[in-house]
Amino acid sequence: MQIPYTTEVRPDTGLTNPKLGIWLFLASEVMLFGSLFSSYALLRTGAQTWPDQSSIVNVPLATLNTIVLIASSVTMVMAWASLKSESLPKYRLYMGLTLLCGAAFLVVKTIEYSDKFSHHLYPSTSNFLGLYFTMTGLHAIHVIAGMIVNAYFWGPGTRMWKTDPERFTNRIEVAGIYWHFVDVVWIFLFPVLYLL
Amino acid sequence: MNHDVAAQVRGYLMVFGTLLVLTLITVGVSYLDLPEFETVIVALTIATVKASLVAMFFMHLKGERPMVMWPLALTAFLFVGLLASVLYSESDHLFGARFQDAFHSIRN
Repeated sequence: MQIPYTTEVRPDTGLTNPKLGIWLFLASEVMLFGSLFSSYALLRTGAQTWPDQSSIVNVPLATLNTIVLIASSVTMVMAWASLKSESLPKYRLYMGLTLLCGAAFLVVKTIEYSDKFSHHLYPSTSNFLGLYFTMTGLHAIHVIAGMIVNAYFWGPGTRMWKTDPERFTNRIEVAGIYWHFVDVVWIFLFPVLYLL
Repeated sequence: MNHDVAAQVRGYLMVFGTLLVLTLITVGVSYLDLPEFETVIVALTIATVKASLVAMFFMHLKGERPMVMWPLALTAFLFVGLLASVLYSESDHLFGARFQDAFHSIRN
């Protein structure tokens, strides 16, 4: 059976089903991360003392990671634009760069975590570190999930380009919307956990 | 590359440049050692502007259908409600001391 409304717009919603689906999923994701940001606000405002965060975490590395993730958002949207221009080689190049940026982000994150562990700083050490590891850890899981989807679309998933290019282009747009959401979450995590 | 897509790509690159500048500004401001309240306001305002740029241009939210906008508006309302209810429970810590100081200075 053919999945309905993958390329043509559904008359009652004015959208394709994947587009509506990804936005509803992301709405639930906002509340998931929202609960953690609320926990942070509650624990910090209720605390008698709060550590100087920037002396515990590595601001230059996090700044680098912010730039890497923003760059990956640009390459992701360029991958979609390449399909709009009907250039599969360009799409592969930009999607490959997106994957590389995602990998670079995780490498930097691993360096940060290793540094914390080597100084005996664990989630159980303080409320701040508990929040730091929970929030950045959940975000890293989202990066990994996005990379798995993107890797599929960079590799075997491109088969669809030959049979149904419009549907494939829509898939990349939807995967991109998720990837940009991961970027948006980091845009808030960076000042909250590193700079404030 | 057709004309429309080329124009879109130029827009994406401009947004990229703006996001990089805002990232450097937010890091720079954190080294100014402003009072805590001002630091929070500046950092979260810049983050909100950056997130809006990503949502509007990269996520194609600009000009999107109402069927996307309404669920997102409801989500934003619930998110703010969640945060506000949590902060309200700590309002004596957040604002109490400041109000008490203000009344104290008036009395004297």
